[in-house]
Amino acid sequence: MLNDTICSIATALSPSGIGIIRVSGDNSVSIVSRIFKSVHKDLKLDQVKTHTIHYGHIIMPITDEIIDEVIVSVMKGPQSFTREDVVEINCHGGIMVLENVLKLVLTMGARLSEPGEFTKRAFMNGRIDLSQAEAVIDIINSKTQLSLKSSVNQLNGQLSKKMDAIKNQLIYLIAHIEASIDYPEYDIEALNEDKVKIDIQKIIKDIYELMRTYDSGKLIRDGISTAIIGKPNVGKSSLLNALLKEDRAIVTDIPGTTRDVLEEYMNIHGIPLKLIDTAGIRVTDDQIEKIGVQRSKSKLEEADLIIFVLDASRALDEEDLHIIELIKDREVICLFNKMDLDEKIDRKTIESVIDHGYMIDISAKNSEGIDALEHAIKDMFYLGEIDVNNDLYITNIRHKNALEKALLSLNEVLESINNKMPEDCWSIDLKNAYENIGIITGDTVNEDMIKEIFSRFCLGK
Amino acid sequence: MTDNNEVYEVIVVGGGHAGCEAALANARRGIKTILFAVNLDSIAMLPCNPSIGGTSKGHLVREIDALGGEMGKNIDKTYLQSRMLNTGKGPAVHSLRAQADKHKYADAMKRTLEQQENLHIRQSEVIDIIVEDHEVKGVKTVSGTIYEGKAVIIATGTYLKAKCIYGEVEINSGPNGLQAANYLTDALKRNGINMYRFKTGTPARIDGNTIDFTKMEEQAGDLKVVPFSFENKASDIERKQIPCWLAYTNAATHEKIRENLSRSPLYSGVIEGTGPRYCPSIEDKVVRFADKERHQVFLEPEGEDTSEMYVQGMSSSLPEDVQKAMLRTILGMEKCQIMRTGYAIEYDCIDSLQLHPTLEFKEIKGLFSAGQFNGSSGYEEAAAQGLIAGINAGQRIKDHEMVVISRSEGYIGVLIDDLVTKGTKEPYRMMTSRAEYRLLLRQDNADLRLTDIGYKVGLISELRYAKFCAKRRAIEQEVKRLKSTTVGVKPVVLNYLEERGSTPLKSGATLGELLKRPEIDYKTLIAIDLERMPLDEDVIEQVEITLKYEGYIKRQEQQVEQFKRLELKYIPETINYDEVYSLRIEAKQKLSLIRPLSIGQASRISGVSPADISVLLVYLEQYKHKIGNDYEGK
Repeated sequence: MLNDTICSIATALSPSGIGIIRVSGDNSVSIVSRIFKSVHKDLKLDQVKTHTIHYGHIIMPITDEIIDEVIVSVMKGPQSFTREDVVEINCHGGIMVLENVLKLVLTMGARLSEPGEFTKRAFMNGRIDLSQAEAVIDIINSKTQLSLKSSVNQLNGQLSKKMDAIKNQLIYLIAHIEASIDYPEYDIEALNEDKVKIDIQKIIKDIYELMRTYDSGKLIRDGISTAIIGKPNVGKSSLLNALLKEDRAIVTDIPGTTRDVLEEYMNIHGIPLKLIDTAGIRVTDDQIEKIGVQRSKSKLEEADLIIFVLDASRALDEEDLHIIELIKDREVICLFNKMDLDEKIDRKTIESVIDHGYMIDISAKNSEGIDALEHAIKDMFYLGEIDVNNDLYITNIRHKNALEKALLSLNEVLESINNKMPEDCWSIDLKNAYENIGIITGDTVNEDMIKEIFSRFCLGK
Repeated sequence: MTDNNEVYEVIVVGGGHAGCEAALANARRGIKTILFAVNLDSIAMLPCNPSIGGTSKGHLVREIDALGGEMGKNIDKTYLQSRMLNTGKGPAVHSLRAQADKHKYADAMKRTLEQQENLHIRQSEVIDIIVEDHEVKGVKTVSGTIYEGKAVIIATGTYLKAKCIYGEVEINSGPNGLQAANYLTDALKRNGINMYRFKTGTPARIDGNTIDFTKMEEQAGDLKVVPFSFENKASDIERKQIPCWLAYTNAATHEKIRENLSRSPLYSGVIEGTGPRYCPSIEDKVVRFADKERHQVFLEPEGEDTSEMYVQGMSSSLPEDVQKAMLRTILGMEKCQIMRTGYAIEYDCIDSLQLHPTLEFKEIKGLFSAGQFNGSSGYEEAAAQGLIAGINAGQRIKDHEMVVISRSEGYIGVLIDDLVTKGTKEPYRMMTSRAEYRLLLRQDNADLRLTDIGYKVGLISELRYAKFCAKRRAIEQEVKRLKSTTVGVKPVVLNYLEERGSTPLKSGATLGELLKRPEIDYKTLIAIDLERMPLDEDVIEQVEITLKYEGYIKRQEQQVEQFKRLELKYIPETINYDEVYSLRIEAKQKLSLIRPLSIGQASRISGVSPADISVLLVYLEQYKHKIGNDYEGK
């Protein structure tokens, strides 16, 4: 628990494709050495000196399939960040590859780190000065609260229904077995082995399907997809730049400069956002711009949150009204840009159509009002106003790990049944499976089981 | 305090199953002990079911025996029938249960107490505890006498402000019509102890001479009896066994109950106490499981020299006339005569969160408590706590390290940890499903798990310990031998496997590997195991289980390893949770209330999240440097 080997992606997820996976703990070197093949044929990672860097490939064991070209650094404890053996894998192949490498490290026996756990270990091992303890706690807390919050959000709706269904099937079996063990003299119908096997296979199938959604999942992992929309030259790109604090999109005064859809990843108060800067939506004859407008519209359809930028220094026109019509029923933040200039816009008209959104004054050029925008996004997320759960997706790798472990346990149950082991052996692994699902849903097997036993069976003197 | 005071070292309040174990655990260690009971005729009384053991409870009795307690020996002396339950399932859930001769059981235990050196038993009601500066100094009895003691163990069972309810009739008495103890509750409250009110119940006893047993199914005991005590062999305790009988309720029974529900104190609101889910009254069962056509009823003899029969499954607080009418609807009981009416009983007990895992009160040094007073139910649960409270009172007096059985060492550990960490809002019953390391906590290996502890505190004799060590060695050696003895693909081996219906060997295998196969057992394996030396049956049993379930045992042992890491991270007693930066308020409150001894215990408190545990770990690290002493590995 405290000294096992942990790993995580140490860099912010960004589409640039460069990222570092950090592994720390007693087995970090041996874990990575099993999936790393150096360009120097004879080099074995578990025999290299500390503080050395190695170039090669991450490969799939057995098949030797190359997953990514990487640079691996080995830093043995105590001369490392955590004072444990640390290995860092620098990957180049983009988000998908980065996650595949992470999955491979997990499969090899590392565990995904808890929020702030590397820092915590550094502290626990005396690496960080005691005066920094409170900062460490803050990191743990903020990260945890966010991930808790988002997992709670995630558990609304369909996903939680699916989880409940799986849990109910499990607890049904567990309670039946346990009731017959604790009350052998009562006439509880014996479980039929073949029936149990069919039930478990069905649960396995359900979990498996849920796990598969992880790979096609798109939500929190990628960030909340946030479309910035507005007619040309209201300052969308300036806004993006102000948020990102860098010049990424091209900003000119000529309408229609942003021809393509740009995507950026950023964190606002810990909430991951995928910002989409769209080409202005307007009626145009320019063929290339037409395509851009079309794309903007489809991005708009997919977005979880819309930031609608208006130029406060100009009166509302046909194009603004056209956009308002498109977005009036969506989660919207309206930004009145160019607050540094004289106001000419008619706010009432907008407020009468979009009565549920946030209205914020900004000056993207001067970076004014950006804080207010960030707060609005935070509020909407925490209040659950941004619905990121319209589909049934597992987006959290921790959840996926938990499901994977539940699957392993269920396979153990099948093996126990096939090996003619007694029922109480089945229930050991059934309970483990339940505990793992409980990591996601926050339930514990013992309390649920006892409740189930006494509500379903009539027992006792 | 005056010269007229009587002076003891340990004072035990209550002579039930908890009190008896607590008193013996001290007197046997040479500690001057006195045990009080409101009535000495109620020592070790079995006021409810006439049996000891059963699922998980049988485990507790075996553990009590391994620690040097008395319950196992006492039931071995006085049982009427013995059965190993769950033999169709795995060894982890095999559970021993014996029908007890109630009078003989109580008499034998009283005799043991009487003959014990350093132990004085005394009939009197304790009405007050004397506490000075958060430390217990003694007790006061109803006669006004003060008994001084360095440790006091409260084990008052269901006697505190007890009220029995027979339908519309309420009587302020303890169980079985005995006098209640009406003063101690207030004394405890004055000392800041938080009290709850719980409820339980018992069915009627009927005259066996008025029952037609030919209309019922006979339930006989096992042919081969397994003793509860590790010090007994089957041949020491074999005797003629007495059967129990199985009958069923029917539609007429249920109709009688439904007709009279309005007269049940449970449904009319007379009963305030919280009843247990697992001891539902028959009226509860009929209401909650309305579609069940029949319920089982077991008739169990109360003793060899009495015709009273206990009607298990018919616990009820309905009025007497309804009880009679409903019992008479059962086949074979048409003419039955009630000898004692079933009743519900309400009593005062404590909020068990006020206790340390040592069963000492957190706020009052030297004050311990055990049994139903702590919110549990059952004779075995009481005895287990009595033994631990007793041992720790002795440790307190001798200034030795306290004994805490961990969840990975025994059901006793699970029981006490649940009580003091999670608390309970209804009488707590042990269940095998509450133990997360069930495969390791078997009834057959209780001695291997706990004899060392019993020996260390001085409750296991040198002779017994030497025998135990020899047994442990024999098991280890035999397991090692079987794992390292290889058999080749020889005709004698292949013949043996074919005979057992097992797949033939393709290459050599060890005897240990062969033993894992479901068709192979130790006994027949002798055909190909030529070097085998004769071994005791209990050794063979351990060897066989160890090898057959090795995979599962290993998995559970790994879980225990993880569990122990956090259990060994001790939290200093002086910690002030208000000072722990950034701990959530709910966690602060829960932690301040329960004051867990270790990070492991803290993590089991409901309302304390994994993030809180991280925060706590960081704080402790900081704290350790600040106070500069190493509390880890204490």
